[in-house]
Amino acid sequence: MISTEGRGLVLDEKLLFEQSQPGRIGYSLSALDVPATAPQQSLMREEIAGFPELSEVDVIRHYTRLSTWNYGVDSGFYPLGSCTMKYNPKVNEAAAHLPGFAEIHPQTPEALNQGALELMYNLQRDLGEVSGFPAVTLQPAAGAQGEFTGMLMIRAWHEANGQKRRKVIIPDTAHGTNPASAALCGYEVITVASDGVLSKDDIAALMDDDVAALMVTNPNTLGLFEADIRAICDLVHERGGLVYADGANLNALMGISRPGDIGIDVMHFNLHKTFSTPHGGGGPGAGPVGVVEKLEPFLPKPVVIKEGDSYKFDYERPDSIGRVQSFYGHFGILVRAYSYILSMGGEGLKRATELAVLNANYIRARLEGEYDLPYKQRSLHEVVFSEKALANDCHTLDVAKRLIDYGYHPPTIYFPLVVPGALMVEPTETESKQVIDEFCDALLTIAEEAKNNPELLKQAPVRAKVRRLDEATAARKPKLRWEPDQS
Amino acid sequence: MRYLPHTDVEVQQMLDRIGVSNIDELFSGIPEDCRLQKPLNLPTAKSESESMTMLRSLAEQNSRVSDWDAFLGGGAYNHFIPSAVDHLISRSEFYTAYTPYQPEISQGTLQAIFEFQTMICQLTGMDVANASMYDGASACAEAVLLAIRAGKKRQKVLLSQALNPQYRETVATYCRYLAVELVEVPTRDGVTDQAVLKTLLDDQTAAVVVGYPNYFGQIEDLAAIAEFTQAAGARLIAAASEPLALALFRSPGELGADVVVGEGQSFGIPLSYGGPGIGFFAVKKKDMRVLPGRLVGETLDQDGKRGFVLTLATREQHIRREKATSNICSNQGMCTLIVGIFLALHGKQGLRQLAEINYAKAAYARQQIGQLDGFEIAFSGECFNEFVVTCPEPVADLKMRLEQQGILAGIALGRDYQDLERGLLVCVTEQNSREQIDRLVSALAGGTV
Repeated sequence: MISTEGRGLVLDEKLLFEQSQPGRIGYSLSALDVPATAPQQSLMREEIAGFPELSEVDVIRHYTRLSTWNYGVDSGFYPLGSCTMKYNPKVNEAAAHLPGFAEIHPQTPEALNQGALELMYNLQRDLGEVSGFPAVTLQPAAGAQGEFTGMLMIRAWHEANGQKRRKVIIPDTAHGTNPASAALCGYEVITVASDGVLSKDDIAALMDDDVAALMVTNPNTLGLFEADIRAICDLVHERGGLVYADGANLNALMGISRPGDIGIDVMHFNLHKTFSTPHGGGGPGAGPVGVVEKLEPFLPKPVVIKEGDSYKFDYERPDSIGRVQSFYGHFGILVRAYSYILSMGGEGLKRATELAVLNANYIRARLEGEYDLPYKQRSLHEVVFSEKALANDCHTLDVAKRLIDYGYHPPTIYFPLVVPGALMVEPTETESKQVIDEFCDALLTIAEEAKNNPELLKQAPVRAKVRRLDEATAARKPKLRWEPDQS
Repeated sequence: MRYLPHTDVEVQQMLDRIGVSNIDELFSGIPEDCRLQKPLNLPTAKSESESMTMLRSLAEQNSRVSDWDAFLGGGAYNHFIPSAVDHLISRSEFYTAYTPYQPEISQGTLQAIFEFQTMICQLTGMDVANASMYDGASACAEAVLLAIRAGKKRQKVLLSQALNPQYRETVATYCRYLAVELVEVPTRDGVTDQAVLKTLLDDQTAAVVVGYPNYFGQIEDLAAIAEFTQAAGARLIAAASEPLALALFRSPGELGADVVVGEGQSFGIPLSYGGPGIGFFAVKKKDMRVLPGRLVGETLDQDGKRGFVLTLATREQHIRREKATSNICSNQGMCTLIVGIFLALHGKQGLRQLAEINYAKAAYARQQIGQLDGFEIAFSGECFNEFVVTCPEPVADLKMRLEQQGILAGIALGRDYQDLERGLLVCVTEQNSREQIDRLVSALAGGTV
């Protein structure tokens, strides 16, 4: 048993606007070295009402205090399932901050930024090697944009072949972004139920000449490898469809299995998951996409190519789906991911996968019995429990909040939707046995508390900055900005 | 490997507990014919010192804006970044956290986003701003999708040709397979041609999209455009790729825009070869419930204490799946933080003064270049920190000539605008000294520096 003693730290801090003092400043600008001039009066605005007026010290203290209310991977264990919250190596940050990367303008002639282009070219190649795809675009900004980019390419390929297919099959365990991305490409979404893994027969029954693609996540969000994936890909291909893979769980496969080798046609990477770039409180991530040969002409433009000894952007791509954001992608994130691959090497990436799977299976072994495990097949990098075994009407939400009192970020909860009260744990490879043992001790203690003193769960958290928040009122009467009359 | 903490003994203990004899058995769920039968063909692991040496050598082959007299804009701007920004964002409580799904231990991120939303509203003159989009171009595309969703079966969208070409391309990609008709509106003297725009507007038009400032740095007459756009029942979307201008010029909200989007890179985010940046997205109250993206709202906890949460989630993909307002899942959390810090440091007076400096520097460069024989300032209207010069020689030749003198003179417009084959888009910010501007002017005139 461990206790909540000795955990937690709370400081209060008003909003920027509430601290503002008229006339206070937090900047020093260089004197104007050209004649002062101003636009015509009628075009000019009044002062920005309500904007903060603070000193540099005010601003530093403000954000430093806010930071102490946050929990990050550097604060402790963050087993958020499907998000792969691995350690974010500091050398990656140092690399992205190098002036030769941070201070280069995207409109500079390519000949003057050969190092940046070489890095992008190498990263395309390395991601291709890890996944088994011959072509990779680095442009998409995040996983969801990668899905959208991939599905656009699938549609463009069908249309180039004179096909107007309207449907996409998606399992019920998929991330919500999958159906949303397919819909953005004008597709009708057909949901297929899965019993842990997809059944070949179910896909065969749904597959017809109007299906453009199957979108799968492999391993899926239950942490299970789709055992029939090859046969499923074959039957989708036989009926003229393509297979899209959500690469969210690639951390389970590096050096073990390559999606491009087993029948997948398109897959996005989440560099902020598998390749260790920081999650940043929600972003920026990066969502490169790998494709098989026949889809290469449809990649977003520009694509980085090598001609002789030099690198350039290729814009002459008539079949391209176009661009999905400005410039060339989240270059600063690409630098971090490339730095990670350099540090790990091929063997290191494989070892990361092995230890991620070891950690998840160890958690499963320690908690199975006390927590209900609805799917008993051999799981990979994450494990999903249900709330079924919890005593005294305690729910997954209560367990999650109580974990906060023990100093942990809770796992992903209530996803995937097919598991009642899902508690989805993904430890990643960067956590030691000690950390995982303590976390398991906490979860086992909480299960006991549910039996003997359920109020401890219902009232949790009591050791965080705030207690449970009234989300219903927040949605019913939205207050989405500060207004002066509040002060 | 230094990120992998397991000792051999521990691995064995864990395998024993699981009840398998080796790690390979853990992968028994993967059929043999799905296994990779060879090692990954990647280089061996580098030490920290080796990998930094390799990365530094790549970085050194690039051209930093500070090593040049650089006059490049076109959607990415070279502004000074105060040291406080980098120090604060290096706090890993911020950058190693994820989306604030557990509000009780994410109040730092949540309050910072709430403050960001507020400052974007104040700057744009709008009611509601979301927690951010990927970048200005994709935010612009999402704004078009909002107008289509909210536009009651209207399917036509009018895009000004003076809107950043990359924004137009991105809008076209997003609409590629949707029932949306995109029509480009020509320009006249560097701004959207209002007479043509009026003739194109009809009862099928969902939105009109213009840049503010536009791609040529020009200030559009938003008030006039808003009036007849809304009279036709359509929404006006204003897209700002240089939002520093909004500290000086009347806000799009005040001028009647229905949706304001843009790129926030100018506010403290490194150029970083064009990404990541941050898209901002603001609307009037009426569109609050059809917004894409994350939103943070204020509420109270069980003890009546103020706190912040992600809210109005029923719009989003994790709940609504294929019926969501967008597929977006991210916000650019770290970039919202940067923008928040940058705006808080500059504040009400500093942001205005910074905008005035940019305006005055560009005005000086424009006036000096305008006096050169053979060069003409292409457009007559008011502009912010960018302007178009019509050159007497092919732009590619001119750029090459100046490059040899250490000057990155600007962006050739010929690729995106056939009628501006001799057009050069010049950008001047507070980072360009008067000496730099004078060198540019003298080099354009044919002198050497």
